[in-house]
Amino acid sequence: METLTRAHLAEAIYANVGLSRNESAALLETVLERMSAALESGNPVKISAFGTFIVRQKGKRVGRNPKTGIEVPILPRKVLAFRPSQVLKARINGEAPPAEDDAA
Amino acid sequence: MTKSELIAQLAAENPHLRQQDIDLIVATIFEEVTAALARGQRVELRGFGAFSTKRRDPRLGRNPRTGEAVEVSAKAVPYFKPGKELRERVNEGTKPRPAAARRAAVPA
Repeated sequence: METLTRAHLAEAIYANVGLSRNESAALLETVLERMSAALESGNPVKISAFGTFIVRQKGKRVGRNPKTGIEVPILPRKVLAFRPSQVLKARINGEAPPAEDDAA
Repeated sequence: MTKSELIAQLAAENPHLRQQDIDLIVATIFEEVTAALARGQRVELRGFGAFSTKRRDPRLGRNPRTGEAVEVSAKAVPYFKPGKELRERVNEGTKPRPAAARRAAVPA
């Protein structure tokens, strides 16, 4: 099935809100940028009925090059995780949404 | 940041837009992604990340309180893979970026 891209989301904003196509695309970009900036500063982004994006701190560990078997240290790093909300999980399985949304 | 804080930021940066339009823009984005996933489609936003679903096979679970075995049916779970650019932004400052450093060292 076809993959949705920025163009589809911008078109949906254009159709729903009645802004110009240009402005619809620009606002979509702004939304993604605001979310990215919050995550970059380490703050979680909580979207109720959708899910939560969280930055997790990972500690140092020893990894291994799977091809050569040589041990390489994996330095501490920050990774982004997404926790889908119960509402999103239910929608994807065609179930009735739960009564309460935990946003997580 | 919550959805309402996101909306408040957008409103402050776009004083020419009506509040109801900003609400609708934000709602549309997440609704479109949700609807696409529910149809089994992928959503790919370069630089930000990609939303997709993963199938989970049916399995035998256990009621943790009673220890009783219960059948858990097959289902799909939403999955988000952060894009390269966002992954790097989130990790910024944690460690030097060797690939970028190597590129910078190569004379053009």
